[in-house]
Amino acid sequence: MNRRLTWAAAAVIATLAVLSLAAPLIAWGLGHNPEEVDLLARFESPSWSHPLGTDDLGRDVLLRLLYGGRVSLSVGLVAALAAALVGTLVGLLAGYFGGRLDGILMRLTDGVIALPLLPLLIVLAAVDFSKLGLTSLAQSESASLYRIILIITLVGWTTVARLVRGATLSLLGQDFVRAAMALGASAPRIMFVHILPNAVTPIIVATTLAVGGVILFESVLSFLGLGIQPPVPSWGNMLTNAQEVIGTAPMLAIWPGLLILLTVAACNLLGDALQAHLDPRARSETARRR
Amino acid sequence: MIRFLVHRALQSLVVLAAMSFVVYGLIGLMPGDPIDLMINSNPRLTAEDAQRLREVYGLDRPLLARYAAWAGDALAGDFGYSRGFSRPVLEVIGPRLANTAALMTAAFLLALAIGIPLGVIGAARPGGLVDGLVNLYAFLAVSTPTFWLALIFILVFAVTLGWLPAGGIATSGGFWEGLRHLILPVATLAVVEAGIYARYTRAAMLEAMRQDWVRTAHAKGASLPRVLVRHALPNAMIPVTTIVALGFGGLFSGALVTETMFAYPGMGKLIFDAVMGNDYNLALVGLLFATLLTLIGNLAADLAYAWLDPRIGFGGAEWGGLERPR
Repeated sequence: MNRRLTWAAAAVIATLAVLSLAAPLIAWGLGHNPEEVDLLARFESPSWSHPLGTDDLGRDVLLRLLYGGRVSLSVGLVAALAAALVGTLVGLLAGYFGGRLDGILMRLTDGVIALPLLPLLIVLAAVDFSKLGLTSLAQSESASLYRIILIITLVGWTTVARLVRGATLSLLGQDFVRAAMALGASAPRIMFVHILPNAVTPIIVATTLAVGGVILFESVLSFLGLGIQPPVPSWGNMLTNAQEVIGTAPMLAIWPGLLILLTVAACNLLGDALQAHLDPRARSETARRR
Repeated sequence: MIRFLVHRALQSLVVLAAMSFVVYGLIGLMPGDPIDLMINSNPRLTAEDAQRLREVYGLDRPLLARYAAWAGDALAGDFGYSRGFSRPVLEVIGPRLANTAALMTAAFLLALAIGIPLGVIGAARPGGLVDGLVNLYAFLAVSTPTFWLALIFILVFAVTLGWLPAGGIATSGGFWEGLRHLILPVATLAVVEAGIYARYTRAAMLEAMRQDWVRTAHAKGASLPRVLVRHALPNAMIPVTTIVALGFGGLFSGALVTETMFAYPGMGKLIFDAVMGNDYNLALVGLLFATLLTLIGNLAADLAYAWLDPRIGFGGAEWGGLERPR
């Protein structure tokens, strides 16, 4: 893997993160906010007060992109981490206890992997939380944010579960784990103190690669109207609007897509680079290639 | 072999049954219920009428009882009516399945025809300029949101240049008109999928090129194209076939995003519209159909893998992280 490319990917993610974090500051500097509608200033070309112009409701495109970045990046990160957490627990339990529990958990994993993911996500996204008795959650302001993180976590844990189970099985046979068992360490202690730290590499790699995938799924769901709800901007729901006015204002459709592409590509690059660096098998492959 | 097949088939049936129950429950959790919709369309219905209707349709019974009744009917071949189309669900799904099959087969074949050769020529000189370009393409392809690519295609080829229709399906004009409507959705899917196949083919080729018999072929003076195609490619095709078979499994659930973008009447768009339009029965059966076909595809992938590489045996193959929204 090309080292300069990896640094470029890291730089892209860092820049996007810093800019999204600084979005309120930039909003203050420009004197607008991302949800401010100005029907007298629709489809404006770039100017000093609107660096990327305005959209079909006269809202500032740059600010909406930056605030959309906050949503996309945080959903990507939080959902990927939550899925990794669930997957790690499932993998540890299945690998450590084996037997019937392992059988059940792994069949469950196989089952979830075999499902057509996007149609399932669509159904999950359409579920009415208040029918589940979660009325306060359903009515909270960031309900769509929690919902999307929840449903992506529900289906996204399988890769990590398999990796962690595999690592657990191979670690169980190693001397230091057997020694800990012989000394009478409790099951949680062996799982979390002895096994988990040694299984962390595949978790990190899989989670980094997952962030890009989560951002793709979030943008698709938001685009279809089932993810982040307007007026809160996200890269996906900005494209929903842009689709309707694509003939008059093509740039509105180009910016959010480019940012999704850039972010996902950077996450994938970073994941590949981490894998090459951390996974000894992959490293020997690259070494041989040189 | 037979044992493995039976075992996996049974396992798939269990997944399907579990899935049918979960989806049945989920659909019940979507906003509104059929009686609410009736009340909305007919304001003269009183609360007592609504209660009576609930009893008539059995909506006041517990979830498990309702599911058992539905599952019994479904097993007897009665999948119920679609609210939106006012026709039996199976009659609605049939033509959609045919449309999806046409779209997905074309995209699948095109993606293979682009992706596999790209992977091979990339692996011919690892680290070279061509390899770099192939890598770049594969990388961009797997990172591009499908719906955005579709949007760009519509912008360029339908709105700006006006060469191709922006969506829909031909209602007249015969074969060529039908083909014109297929070009953009097929291209959208193929551009992305070809990247995935190129990436896997390249990796598998690099692995195969390291084997002794490939080095021997080199040493005996075989030309590079011959070494690539005759000696390395057949071995590289083993892992590639698994990916291809997995992709095949996903074919029939349709390309929800692409079909929706191009207003193409296939399974994916059908499921999406049914969910959005509160057409519960159609959404349920459509989703289960897609699941069934996906499971059959996965089974085929397992079989292909074990058949092509006897070293694997019928234990099932490990893979992960392939799926992306399309």
